Amino acid sequence: MPTVIVNGKEIQIPERPRLNCIQAAERAGVEIPHYCYHPGLSVAGNCRMCLVEVGTRDPKTGKITMQPKLVPGCNTPAVEGTVIVTQSEKVRQAQAMVEEGLLLRHPIDCPICDKAGECLLQDYYFQYGQKERRADVKPFTSRRRDLGDVTLFVDRCILCTRCVRFTREISGTKELMVVNRGAHEEIDVVAGHPLRNNLSGNVVDLCPVGALADKDFLYQQRVWYMQSHPGVCTGCSTGCSIWIDENQDRIYRLRPRDNPAVNQWWMCNEGRYGYHHVHDPRRLTRPLRRGTSLPSPDSGEGQGVRASGSPGAATNLRSVPGLPSSAENTVGQANRGTQDTTRWTDVEWSQLVKELPERLREAGRLGVLLSPFLTVEEAYLLATFIRSVDENAVVALGKIPRWGDDERFPQGFTVRAEKCPNRRGVGKVAAYFMQKWISYEDVLSAVAAGEIEGLWVAGGYKTDWIDPAEAEQFHRLRLLVVQDLFPSPLTERATYQLPGAAWAEREGSYVNHADQLQIVPAAVRPPLGVRTEASLYWELLGRKGMFQARKVLDEIAREIIYFSAAIGPVPETGIDLKSNLLAEGGEMQGLTA
Amino acid sequence: MAPDRGVTVAQYEPVLSANFHKPDGHTLAVYQAGGGYDTLRKTLKEKSPKEIVELVRASNLRGRGGAGFPTGLKWSFLPENHPGPIYLCVNADESEPGTFVNRVQMERDPHQVLEGIILSGYATRAGTAYIYLRYEYPLCFKRLQQAIDEAYAAGYLGKNILGSGYSLDVYIHRGAAAYVCGEETGLIESIEGRRAWPRIKPPFPAVEGLFRKPTVVNNVETLSCVKHIVERGVDWFKSLGTPADPNDPRDPGSYGPKLYGLSGHVSRPGCYEAPLGLTARELIDEFGGGVWGGRKPKAVVPGGLSTGVMSADELDTPLDFSAPMKVDCLGLGTGCAVVLDETYSMVDFLLGSCRFFAHESCGQCTPCREGTHWALQMVRRIKAGHGRLTDLDLLLEIADNIGILPGTTICGLADGAAWPIKNAIRKFRGEFEDYIRRTNAGGWMVTEPVPALEADSGQWTVGSCQ
Repeated sequence: MPTVIVNGKEIQIPERPRLNCIQAAERAGVEIPHYCYHPGLSVAGNCRMCLVEVGTRDPKTGKITMQPKLVPGCNTPAVEGTVIVTQSEKVRQAQAMVEEGLLLRHPIDCPICDKAGECLLQDYYFQYGQKERRADVKPFTSRRRDLGDVTLFVDRCILCTRCVRFTREISGTKELMVVNRGAHEEIDVVAGHPLRNNLSGNVVDLCPVGALADKDFLYQQRVWYMQSHPGVCTGCSTGCSIWIDENQDRIYRLRPRDNPAVNQWWMCNEGRYGYHHVHDPRRLTRPLRRGTSLPSPDSGEGQGVRASGSPGAATNLRSVPGLPSSAENTVGQANRGTQDTTRWTDVEWSQLVKELPERLREAGRLGVLLSPFLTVEEAYLLATFIRSVDENAVVALGKIPRWGDDERFPQGFTVRAEKCPNRRGVGKVAAYFMQKWISYEDVLSAVAAGEIEGLWVAGGYKTDWIDPAEAEQFHRLRLLVVQDLFPSPLTERATYQLPGAAWAEREGSYVNHADQLQIVPAAVRPPLGVRTEASLYWELLGRKGMFQARKVLDEIAREIIYFSAAIGPVPETGIDLKSNLLAEGGEMQGLTA
Repeated sequence: MAPDRGVTVAQYEPVLSANFHKPDGHTLAVYQAGGGYDTLRKTLKEKSPKEIVELVRASNLRGRGGAGFPTGLKWSFLPENHPGPIYLCVNADESEPGTFVNRVQMERDPHQVLEGIILSGYATRAGTAYIYLRYEYPLCFKRLQQAIDEAYAAGYLGKNILGSGYSLDVYIHRGAAAYVCGEETGLIESIEGRRAWPRIKPPFPAVEGLFRKPTVVNNVETLSCVKHIVERGVDWFKSLGTPADPNDPRDPGSYGPKLYGLSGHVSRPGCYEAPLGLTARELIDEFGGGVWGGRKPKAVVPGGLSTGVMSADELDTPLDFSAPMKVDCLGLGTGCAVVLDETYSMVDFLLGSCRFFAHESCGQCTPCREGTHWALQMVRRIKAGHGRLTDLDLLLEIADNIGILPGTTICGLADGAAWPIKNAIRKFRGEFEDYIRRTNAGGWMVTEPVPALEADSGQWTVGSCQ
């Protein structure tokens, strides 16, 4: 392993991949400031912020010879005997000069700039800049230019060309370019060919200053108010690692979290802007039971039929026709004993936990449709619960949302047609319980044939996933529990409709298309009245204490061979379960699609 | 062009400019009548490419484009036994202010240039040569194209040249008037059809150049010299010019003939040939007929604007590759001197220089993009009568910190921008200070920073917000 010396400290770096001085210094805990260099893009070497002094140590004599010139750290490979000096007076002067140059025509409008707080120009000014402005260059004209998917604050740009290189190398769409020359240079697009591609949001993350702004995030939130939580994008089966930036349980933006095993540094716009449904006012927020009372009086004791009185109640259920208002609901309480199946009754969660097992048992033969939006832990707990009620219950994977074709970009980044995060993981759980593969269509025909009388449908679907005709096929069920985010033709038919938590509100693990398991914590709390799936299942199973995804995953890893690699610690980048596919052996093969 | 055959240095007989004054010297017939293409015919039969590379290397020929890099050494960087293609780029993007010798060569003797190209292409095993021609040279374009057509017709170009088995195609690529395209990797980017942002090195063009293939980039005059080295031999070449400094083992010397250009305040501006090492004073007095109107010289730009300026007492400096550095100039540059007479203001000189480089900076590296622009703003303010003495120090600080010599930029444009600033202020500081004191009586001594914004003056406006 080559040894390099960074500021007098010797460190070992790997032979492959070859590192440059910035990366080598990073391993030694030394930050070399840089703007234009990005590990995912080609080296441009134009910002000149990463200038360092470099020399070589003679392997025999140990004598160090320094190069007379400063060199850019980004374009200088670190090899055996490379000596990197980042704190000399010469380097400090060069950094101060570059910083001063970049600020000559920069508007310094940090108070109204979205990037303030996470801006490299700002940070480096304090660390490396001149204390005093010496230039009398007229700084700015405050121009803003619409480039298509993003907006450009022309004067803030420092011409690092990361965005230009991104559209050429990663998205391959080549919309962005540099126009004009010298100090008049700007980023622009050809008229009539705006920046429009499914990866365009990444240029905003790449921008080291506030020049490229996200139209979705613009002026929404100051970055220092937000907290970042690691997450997994649930937009498609790529399962990009992301940061969820939230403030007071409201998500303001999603950013890619670099993960060489999954998404590298990128994510698509579909996923990036696909969080708005989390805060949609139409979401289900109350558990409801069809009818004004329980069918049998003995189990009706202590039923929590009361109006929530929340102003959102009417809105929540607006799309469910024939639903009584909450005022009528209270009236319905007076008519206890007379069953009216067109009406809905609010049920307390505590009451629900008491009555659900009993109602399921009464229903007869059971089935459960595990949504591919569930986490592995949730799927496992729900299936375990249903099996505890009916040990022959059918456990199947729910409907897989899929549309279009995979969208593949030149460097390999792929937006998948399968628009759910966890088909692999949930499918493996279902396969573990069933020993044979049951498709969604099989369940539908079993329902139609009367072979399943009580069904639990776990949803979490972001969009309209079922049409009335399809929902009609569930009409023979005696009991239908639908747990979902939004009202749908199926919730209309449900015996119980339970509000589900959105992906950012749940902790647990997801397995992407390539068998990469990632476990993430919850980023925000669910809206008032909503319980996360896992905590409900935990209580239904009568388990003690709080639900903890990591502990359940341990249990799953011991139970199910496919997940056994997850028994140890799972790193932030996730863990590859592929090796266990072989260990599963022949009998499990072909059980999942 | 005023030919003055009477004046030569050491009875030197011109070779590079031998055909310049022949009527119809640009045609194949006249060129061949003077023995043109004989060398090519002989060499293709008798010498291997390797022998020519050896010859050029032994001659210590240094690039005439400005930097003076040894040509043979550059060629030897090409990978051995490369399957090809290898490209030869001819740098005819002569945009250095004050420089015009390549234009004279291409207009008056394009076949000499072509013969040099074919020989160099043969030596470097290049199958295609691109002549990157400055857009502002329409007559060069016409005559070069005519010469290329003639050469194809005569079998000097194309497949299997003169039955030797060597093939070469030559294309002219016209630039679009950008100074930075004269930088070799900028030139390569431009031929590839991209923005002429010089590439970061390494890799050098000899390893990965045009279309990511090994590429040699040489100046027009350099390639013409190759022809004469092959024709007349290394000994002839080394008998001309300034020998290498025996105390400096890294000095390859300055050998061979050189076309000097002379312009500015002289009686007979023009293109003159002499062995390297001609002093600026000889050039002005013997070739140029002295400074015009009987005036005295004040300063001389030794070889294109980017080499800086020499003051009047430095005129005995030989114009070879090393001597100008001893008087703090950047180097020989293109060997085209510009003379400023005693009435010319150095403030005007600096303003013109800063304007040129701020305009031509490609804008890739921060220090050059911002430094040249900032310097221009300051010199403009000085010129407008709002200068302060501290500005001079700030200008020097900018100039000392930009360029490839301190290592802060990718290409040498910033060095070229820095040298006129450094030289003008360091060598003529008194004049600058007098000017500032005279024009800014109330404020020349102020040291506080100048405010960038004067809100009530209407100096700045908020542009349209879309």
